[in-house]
Amino acid sequence: MSDISSEMKPLTALGRQEPRTDTHKDVTMREMSDIALASCAARLGQEDAAAKCLASFIGGDLPGPGKMTGDTFGSFWTGPDQWMVMAQHDTHEDLAAQLVVATKGTASITEQNDAWCCFELTGPRLTSVFELLCPVNLRACSGGEATRTSIDHLSCFLLVSSPDRVRVFGPRSSAGSLHHALLTAMRAAL
Amino acid sequence: MTQSNRLSGGLINRNEPMRFRFDGKSYEGFAGDTLASALLANNVRLMGRSFKYHRPRGPLTAGSEEPNAIVELRSGARQEPNTRATTAELFDGLTAKSQNRWPSLAFDALAINDRLSNFFAAGFYYKTFMWPASFWEKVYEPIIRKAAGLGALSHEPDPDSYDKGFLHCDLLVIGAGPAGLMAALTAARANAQVILADEDFLPGGRLNSETFALGDQPASDWATATTAELVAMPNVRVMTRTTVLGAFDHGIYGALERVSDHLPTPPEGKPRQILWRIYSKQAILAAGATERPIAFEQNDRPGIMLASALRSYANRWAATPAQRIAIFTNNDDGHRTAADLHAKGVRITALIDTRPDAPTNYDYEVLAGATVSDTSGRLGLSFVKVAQADGSERILECGALGVSGGWNPNVHLASHQRGRPVWQEDIAAFVPGEMLPNGMHAAGAALGIFSTHGALASGVAVAKTALKAFGNTSRAKPPSLPDAEDAPINITPFWHVNGAKRAWLDQQNDVTAKDVKLAHQENFTSVEHLKRYTTLGMATDQGKTSNMGGLAIMAELAGKSIPQVGTTIFRPPYTPTAIGAFAGRSRDKDFRPVRKTPSHFWAEEQGAIFVEVGMWLRAQWFPKPGETHWRQSVDREVLQTRKSVGICDVTTLGKIDVQGANAAAFLNKIYCNPFLKVPVGKVRYGLMLREDGIAMDDGTAARLAEDHFVVTTTTANAVAVYRHMEFVRQCLFPDMDVQLISTTEAWAQFSVAGPNARKLLQKVVDPEHDISNEAFPYMACGEISVGGVRGRLFRISFSGELAFEIAVPTRYGDALIRRLVAAGEEFDAVVYGTEALGVMRIEKGHAAGNELNGTTTALNLGMGRMVNKKKDSIGSTLSEREGLNQEDALKLVGFKPVDANDPVPAGAHLMTKGTPVDAAHDQGYVTSACYSPNLGHHIALGYLKSGDARLGEVIRLVSPLTGVDHDVEVVSAHFIDPEGERLRV
Repeated sequence: MSDISSEMKPLTALGRQEPRTDTHKDVTMREMSDIALASCAARLGQEDAAAKCLASFIGGDLPGPGKMTGDTFGSFWTGPDQWMVMAQHDTHEDLAAQLVVATKGTASITEQNDAWCCFELTGPRLTSVFELLCPVNLRACSGGEATRTSIDHLSCFLLVSSPDRVRVFGPRSSAGSLHHALLTAMRAAL
Repeated sequence: MTQSNRLSGGLINRNEPMRFRFDGKSYEGFAGDTLASALLANNVRLMGRSFKYHRPRGPLTAGSEEPNAIVELRSGARQEPNTRATTAELFDGLTAKSQNRWPSLAFDALAINDRLSNFFAAGFYYKTFMWPASFWEKVYEPIIRKAAGLGALSHEPDPDSYDKGFLHCDLLVIGAGPAGLMAALTAARANAQVILADEDFLPGGRLNSETFALGDQPASDWATATTAELVAMPNVRVMTRTTVLGAFDHGIYGALERVSDHLPTPPEGKPRQILWRIYSKQAILAAGATERPIAFEQNDRPGIMLASALRSYANRWAATPAQRIAIFTNNDDGHRTAADLHAKGVRITALIDTRPDAPTNYDYEVLAGATVSDTSGRLGLSFVKVAQADGSERILECGALGVSGGWNPNVHLASHQRGRPVWQEDIAAFVPGEMLPNGMHAAGAALGIFSTHGALASGVAVAKTALKAFGNTSRAKPPSLPDAEDAPINITPFWHVNGAKRAWLDQQNDVTAKDVKLAHQENFTSVEHLKRYTTLGMATDQGKTSNMGGLAIMAELAGKSIPQVGTTIFRPPYTPTAIGAFAGRSRDKDFRPVRKTPSHFWAEEQGAIFVEVGMWLRAQWFPKPGETHWRQSVDREVLQTRKSVGICDVTTLGKIDVQGANAAAFLNKIYCNPFLKVPVGKVRYGLMLREDGIAMDDGTAARLAEDHFVVTTTTANAVAVYRHMEFVRQCLFPDMDVQLISTTEAWAQFSVAGPNARKLLQKVVDPEHDISNEAFPYMACGEISVGGVRGRLFRISFSGELAFEIAVPTRYGDALIRRLVAAGEEFDAVVYGTEALGVMRIEKGHAAGNELNGTTTALNLGMGRMVNKKKDSIGSTLSEREGLNQEDALKLVGFKPVDANDPVPAGAHLMTKGTPVDAAHDQGYVTSACYSPNLGHHIALGYLKSGDARLGEVIRLVSPLTGVDHDVEVVSAHFIDPEGERLRV
């Protein structure tokens, strides 16, 4: 039984103290727990202003449809005039609050830190793994792509940093199922 | 003698012998063999029994079109019925059994059906088993299915796994014969992304079965070299053992890759098969052609095969079904088979050619203008009787007869989107018509171009067309054509020998020429009716070798040409496909994903019993030592919550973040009750109606800021409500400034309920937040912190007790439940599951999914006055419909048994005492029921006509199905604290 005065210790989406890492042959999958997320949707009629504020916050152009920018600090497109901004959780747990300030009322900001789980796969043959998982044509990706897709009935975002580094964001409550699907595909494909 | 029918040469690896068993007997073959070729090499012609008459049968073909040599492959849980021996790749240790015979293949008791064949003609079942109608399903069908049928299932779970996958390409080439290889090479050199798929394990198609050369090398060597070039190109994916099953919309094709079927068991972690969805810009159908038989008397004996199959077995697999073989043909291709077999040292007894002007040959006798009039041999062919041109008869001794009636292009995939094939007179066959699936082109033999040179040239030409169609502008030079045979097609159509009594058309479904005649006689004049009445072409081979013969005979009977009669078409899958492949990994515990609550791991430690709620796993109750029945746990959880305090994970309730300048106005449309004036820091209960006025969902909306609400939904309707709100936002009120996003998963939320709820929370919530009744009254909401972690607190109650819902970011959910439990120790706090939650909400009279059942209105729920008439909200107007507002409308009330020992089961109906128990007198029904540990008896909620005016009435509760018939009293739905005083303390 925990002491009520002890620190509130977070668990990873897979329910562990530390993120899980799995390696099968030349592909490694890491559970990414250190990601803060916030959704940004421009207010009606303030699309340009919101985009400008957001671009300024992330320090570069906002990604267009199907695209992402940045890496540990960046954003990806989720819909017309909608983006998800990501940052390191360690330093930006209050990302949503920061964005509220930065967008000056031009966008609706919602904290999404813990709405998602994230697994990052790295290795040379990711195309073979993902062709067993979703209809995204990874072979045509060179890096910088972000798309929504379905993996084993779960609605996911696929972020392609490069052809050998792909992050999958899925619903956090189904982290176990998503992890199982990814690991099964790694074992089947490699 | 071992492999007594093995010839020289072939594309088998004699350095890799393989043992296998068929019907318990051990044999030897080689790598590269199929089960059929290995059995033939071992002088086994008899491989199965026919579907209806149990006739002895051997292979008719050497490919996936096989109707006869259908076996049960493997044993134990991996036993797979109805597998074609002609495509089953041999591996060391393979076991196979013949099927549809008893007790043995050589002696099959049900062969008696054959003697009774006069009684089993087409339509026999329909005419015979007509009455009594009830007998069909229970008596007739089981008997017929037992007597006539295919293989047996193992009745064990499939131990293998199947994957599904997705591929993308510019060009999909279906078939790796001469046309397909050339098409793939042309497109690949033009730098297109190419997928080349072939069902065979060896690319090359017919090139592997022929003896002629391509350029200066044997045809099969050219296929090997070309394949190797393609495999080495990064823009090409060569997929062998991959059958393209179907052509679907928008250039999407389904393909089954048999990853491990040629192995004893799949390697660890690997699937047995993968069902691919291939997204293509263009596709080339280069599926080749299938030779067709000629119908004649007793033409189904083992040893009677398609001539091209004999040629394949001899040239590719170095196997022959017999040492003396006759050929029966109506075209020049039959002569090629005779020549090849002769060259391999097989004795050609004679070549019987229906054409009076048949080519002659010096190596063997050619009987021009002759036909086969009969055959004999009990379990395999021994003799054929020939009707010669001069009218004389002649008996030929032979162990096999090769039959060639011409070739049918494999148009199947061209028909998958209802494309009708068209008749091509010079080859006497149907070819793909103009209505091909979008982006598909046919090439080579599939297009009716039968010479090798023609196929190669067609492959190049069609690939160029396809490249152009998707805008490939490469100037790469197409590959040059190797010199190849270019023989013209010389065929004189000949479909069946007249006068035959038992001439088989569809050997898998045992349909004879006579059956077609009977169907015609009984006025089944459409090909579609012919097919269904006789079952011609309805077997697992989809009539690949039989349809044309049936059509031709029908045309002849009707006095029409074949194109006038028309043809049936094909649908996916091209060849039989295991259901497991369509399921993929979605089976057993992986049937669908699981959603786990933030307290899941803690609950597992407590030994919680879980229940699936949608995809969520929720704790149903938490058994304690000594509790042997679920009711003991649930009663304890309920009593202790009402006595002191209980904690429940309510994360699964949907949470939707609603923001924007018009957020309140938007909710005012969504909910039937007013939302414009909800103060910041307050929560309001809301009822949502469908457009038709029926109640959709209920929940709460907490106003966190002027332009920011958090809406909660029921667990079950979380997705539906979000979808509805998004529809309303985008389509009905696009001018409103409102943005939505789900935050269900983002926050771990726990209900803390009971008289000690506040005391418990005061130990947990950081002290700078005042949550006293004055500072944080009923229906308050606000931001708090727990151990420095950001959180939210809502003072709302589902149980009817003083209650709060506390939320923290999900990653801290586990820490929070542990902290709440620790803080609750001094109050003997319990953690309760969904059962106790249900009991308490019934005790309190709160509606849930059972009451919001898609047929009920606000009026029925007793919330009629909530539908605010001063504003327009979704469903408000239609809720005023007369039919929904009748005087005796159903009203939600409570029930308690007159005899306290009686249950009040949900689903039971309510009848006024003294009236008949029938639908006309039905007064309503019970929706939710439970045992109330607080009241000491069962209670229930339900809908009763004019229920609110009938409190105190004793009414009859009946459920004829479950034997319930006793009295209950109508009471208020609020069993506990009807005034709601506990909520506000």
